[in-house]
Amino acid sequence: MIRDFALADFGFLLMAARWTVLLSLAAALGGGVLGLAIAVLRIVPVAPLNWFAIGYINLIQGTPLLGQLFVLFFGLPLFGLSVDAWTAAVVALSLYSSAFLGEIWRGSLQAVPQRQWEAGAALGLTYRQRFSHVVLPQAVRISVAPTVGFLVQIVKNTSLTALIGFVELTRASQIMTAATFAPLTVYLAAAAIYFVLCFSLSWASQVLERRLHVAR
Amino acid sequence: MDYSFKFAALWRYRDEIVEGVLLTLQLSLATMALGLVIGLAFAVMRKAPAAWMRAIARGYVEAIRNTPLLVQLFIVFYGLPSVGIRLPANEAALIALAVNLGAYSAEIFRAGIESVRVSQVEAGRSLGLTAGQTFFHVVLFQAMKAIYPAMASQFILLMLATSIVSSIGATELFHQAAFIESRTYRSFEAYALITVVYLGLTLVFRAFFSTVYWAVFVRRPAR
Repeated sequence: MIRDFALADFGFLLMAARWTVLLSLAAALGGGVLGLAIAVLRIVPVAPLNWFAIGYINLIQGTPLLGQLFVLFFGLPLFGLSVDAWTAAVVALSLYSSAFLGEIWRGSLQAVPQRQWEAGAALGLTYRQRFSHVVLPQAVRISVAPTVGFLVQIVKNTSLTALIGFVELTRASQIMTAATFAPLTVYLAAAAIYFVLCFSLSWASQVLERRLHVAR
Repeated sequence: MDYSFKFAALWRYRDEIVEGVLLTLQLSLATMALGLVIGLAFAVMRKAPAAWMRAIARGYVEAIRNTPLLVQLFIVFYGLPSVGIRLPANEAALIALAVNLGAYSAEIFRAGIESVRVSQVEAGRSLGLTAGQTFFHVVLFQAMKAIYPAMASQFILLMLATSIVSSIGATELFHQAAFIESRTYRSFEAYALITVVYLGLTLVFRAFFSTVYWAVFVRRPAR
């Protein structure tokens, strides 16, 4: 069945793009929770926990996401967990994102000048008060722009899940190519949809960076 | 769990793995060389006096950085034949990777050039250096020092990203994993092993890049 690429086909791609968005959100959420844990493990004054976090970050950042996807897709079932492409995709992207988000957030926490801790101590605040009322709010401001910037990477990386058979935008484009035999049009259309998603995030990241750094 | 891991079954494919490592290194190095040239050209265009040149450079950087490499690869390999450009998988892979790296390195170059303070140029000129001497002896060295760490991590990300080109059948390390899987039916072992090999490559790259940084920018006296 070979037919021309029509407006309805673009609608099909848009429908598939919903899965790209959903997968990105799931990965951002999962990666965010895990990343927070990694950032904390990385900075608490307990050496073995630091080593664990450093090892984890090196393992994730030092291997290709595609490898992580395949290892989880084929590996999790060996431990008796039934894994469909969606689960493998969410788990792999969450683990991947957590290593990068963890580092972004650790960097943001450490970017708050040491003086701020000292000032808090001079005012008689406890460690927890200094952390949650003095350092954390400033660290959050610093981290917002790079965090939103990393969401672009997550959206783009969801495309790799097409290779384990998860039907998101890229996989839908492959399917559509087989039906219409118009690969250039289909992939350019897919690229355009990715561009709209990612460019909005990039733009938001730049605006936030300008707005949140006014005080510094 | 009643699965018995058989990593030993992969030992007879060691030659294929070594070959894959060499192919990945070859592809990564070729992409770096090509990507640096493209990146430098577009970084210079970003500073061009003509507005349309700046617009083209900005458009290129934004288009590439806001779309997935996999889709870019599909456009080059599956899409371009529609307009009469037919490329073998390995060449399509190299072109897609280099065009992708070019956009990222253009941004790194731009940041590096902007990081050198105007006062440094003025200082160079007031010491009697020509504009060319100031660029080569004052600006270039400092810009390179500023660029180097970002470029090094971009290169490592690129080396890991080359695994993606296995999806169009280009021959490199990840492609070998698929080959071993097809021969042994040991999917998990094959992909786990290859992923660990990538980790080894990353560590070697990191060690190499930090040695070069130390030798070039740290050891020798400030210029």
